[in-house]
Amino acid sequence: MAELSPAASIEAVESGLAAQGYIASRQIATAVYLAQEIEKPILVEGPAGVGKTELAKAIAAWRGLKMIRLQCYEGLDEAKALYEWKYAKQLLYTQILKDKLGEVLGGADTLQAALAQLHDFGDVFFSKEFVEPRPLLQALEQPKGCVLLIDEIDKSDAEFESLLLEILSDFQVTIPELGTISAVAAPTVILTSNSERDLGDALKRRCLHLHIGFPEQKLEERIVESRVPNISQTLRKQMVSFIHDVRTLDLKKQPSVSETIDWARVLVLLQASELGHEMVKDTLNVLLKYEADIEATLPQVTSFVAKALRQNAFG
Amino acid sequence: MRENLHRFFRAARGAGVRVSPAESIDAMRAVANVGFSDRTILRDTFLLTLAKTQDEKRALGECFDLFFDQPELSQSAPESSSEDESDAAEPQTAEGAAGEGQPAEGLGSLAQMLLAQDRNAIAAAMANAASAASLSDIRYFTQRGIFSGRILDQMGIQRLRDDLDALTVSNPATAERLATALEGLRDAVRETVSQALLLYGREETENLRNEILRNAPLSRIEPRQVEQMRRLIRQIARRLRERYSKPRKRQRRGHLDVRRTIRRNAAWGSVPFLTAWKRKHRDRPKIVAICDVSGSVARVSDFFLLLIHSLHEVVSDVRSFAFSGHLIEVSDILESKTPEEAMADIMAKVGFGSSDYGSSFADFEKQWMNSITPQTTVIVLGDARSNNLDPRADILRRIGERSKRLVWLNPEGRMAWGFGDSEMPRYQTFCTVVRQCATAKQLERAVSDIVATYQ
Repeated sequence: MAELSPAASIEAVESGLAAQGYIASRQIATAVYLAQEIEKPILVEGPAGVGKTELAKAIAAWRGLKMIRLQCYEGLDEAKALYEWKYAKQLLYTQILKDKLGEVLGGADTLQAALAQLHDFGDVFFSKEFVEPRPLLQALEQPKGCVLLIDEIDKSDAEFESLLLEILSDFQVTIPELGTISAVAAPTVILTSNSERDLGDALKRRCLHLHIGFPEQKLEERIVESRVPNISQTLRKQMVSFIHDVRTLDLKKQPSVSETIDWARVLVLLQASELGHEMVKDTLNVLLKYEADIEATLPQVTSFVAKALRQNAFG
Repeated sequence: MRENLHRFFRAARGAGVRVSPAESIDAMRAVANVGFSDRTILRDTFLLTLAKTQDEKRALGECFDLFFDQPELSQSAPESSSEDESDAAEPQTAEGAAGEGQPAEGLGSLAQMLLAQDRNAIAAAMANAASAASLSDIRYFTQRGIFSGRILDQMGIQRLRDDLDALTVSNPATAERLATALEGLRDAVRETVSQALLLYGREETENLRNEILRNAPLSRIEPRQVEQMRRLIRQIARRLRERYSKPRKRQRRGHLDVRRTIRRNAAWGSVPFLTAWKRKHRDRPKIVAICDVSGSVARVSDFFLLLIHSLHEVVSDVRSFAFSGHLIEVSDILESKTPEEAMADIMAKVGFGSSDYGSSFADFEKQWMNSITPQTTVIVLGDARSNNLDPRADILRRIGERSKRLVWLNPEGRMAWGFGDSEMPRYQTFCTVVRQCATAKQLERAVSDIVATYQ
């Protein structure tokens, strides 16, 4: 795909992701294309359940690359994200090599000489064999490149963000004892965030910023179609239009795409062919995750369902 | 094209999108990849590389549309002006066909363009003149005249005027046509300049306005400025949040945390390879705000409460109380409603009375005194004008003793303290800090200092 025009390559991205069951909007496809072309990480923001994590999986599946996932949480640090020394192994080896050590040092006459020999020797235990690579280092070591998903970066501490900067801008990490390790092949990095806290400008500057919101009606219908293929077309249209109405309400947590898909599965399971008031009321707990939200929505169900049915009747 | 991109970045900055050099380099590289052929892709590219929040994306989207619509707009402007003259021009060309060629000779290029009604040429000339006059440097609306003049000069208005003079003698009909066309041209140029001001001047105008607003006394701003002031306060809150929501933990070197060290080294038989040190946790500020909402101070209290309640990430616990004649707790009202509604609600409950500091403090002591802990900062906002009623400074003393700090913010200038019914000198002795707080700038300093004492 070297000589394709940009528009065509973006379309190629779109269809490639679609083949993996991920229906991407034009903007998402552009972001993926650009990330590859100018080798920049993508920072994906948006409400929960709009397919931020799915995007990374779809890219990995489409390109046939390994996906390495780093789930962020409070207190995540270098040792868990980047690398760690295998202390136990180091300890074990020193024990095993004790005799050998005695031999080597036995040859020295003075304490000075023994120390000098020990110095040459010391680096052995801080070599690559004793490094336990954690997700970030693993990602850099993949020979064919990979998709590195740093999930929910907003959950991690501010210090961890700073740790990421070197990897994000240069695709390399510095380990004091070993030096700088650069990526064999630049990984595709996807960071996701739920905007729980504002990320630092330094991090944002290094990334393409992609905001995935709730999809438009047409797009959402296509998503449902690809994820739940055995749902009838009329029902699909009705339920998506119903969900779009629900999203206009002032709710604690709006139903997102993943909830739409779950609901579609439920409706198929119940063998519904059309949206009905009773059925909607019974299955509302699939869509809404708070009691208060369900209560707020219940009085509106009848009118929303009627609207969805009507709209569909006129195409 | 590169020139155009740079101008777009500048316009983007004007629209409030922070575009750093690194981001503009990224955008350049991205644009080099996608090209200019597809406008929607180009738009998406800019949105991805430059804008880093949703607000910025919206602003940048608008800016993009405005920027890339420009050539068409400047074309349509002369079009509209040339249309109404075309009727007049029609018979003339027919009648002047005999003397064709005569008037065109010896005329300046601008006059020829105008007479020929060559819209594309005029638009091109105008664009060239605009960049020669460095129109993108326009910052303030007062510069509109200057830039219009410069552009017209660049286009050769002088020559046109000479031509016009000459024509008035030799060929009055053509001269009239030219004069109308010139009017149209002036309109078009003015249009272009206004457009440019909208694009490039926004940032400066905004900054200037904010600067004025920051230093304006909060109690005397006009109603139409209230909304702008709210926006400004939100900006201040954002700045404070960014500054103070950073890590609160700091290592205290030298004290070994034995329990954590043993646990961490359990894997290798509790031989302490890794040491864990005791950490000192810093408290987040706990704030109790007591605000006077009687006539003169109400507006300042309004903005102060808005600021304090937008500091969620920095401040762990805020309780707010409002009083004029008596005191009520208003935290819930402020949390659950929009600022406008909340303030209206508070004012309906306790506002507009004449202030009675003594009985309000008594109310506070009776019901909420135990909300004050040694970690609490108590902020009192008011002018300390108690209408000659008992000031009950003894309660304030007890509040000061119970709390970590007691801060009094007074919207009045220091000169007025102690005059008339002001009880400020008496209260002042029991406060940790007393400061004037009349403008947004002072408000920011005051709150920033309060939060900083916890860092």
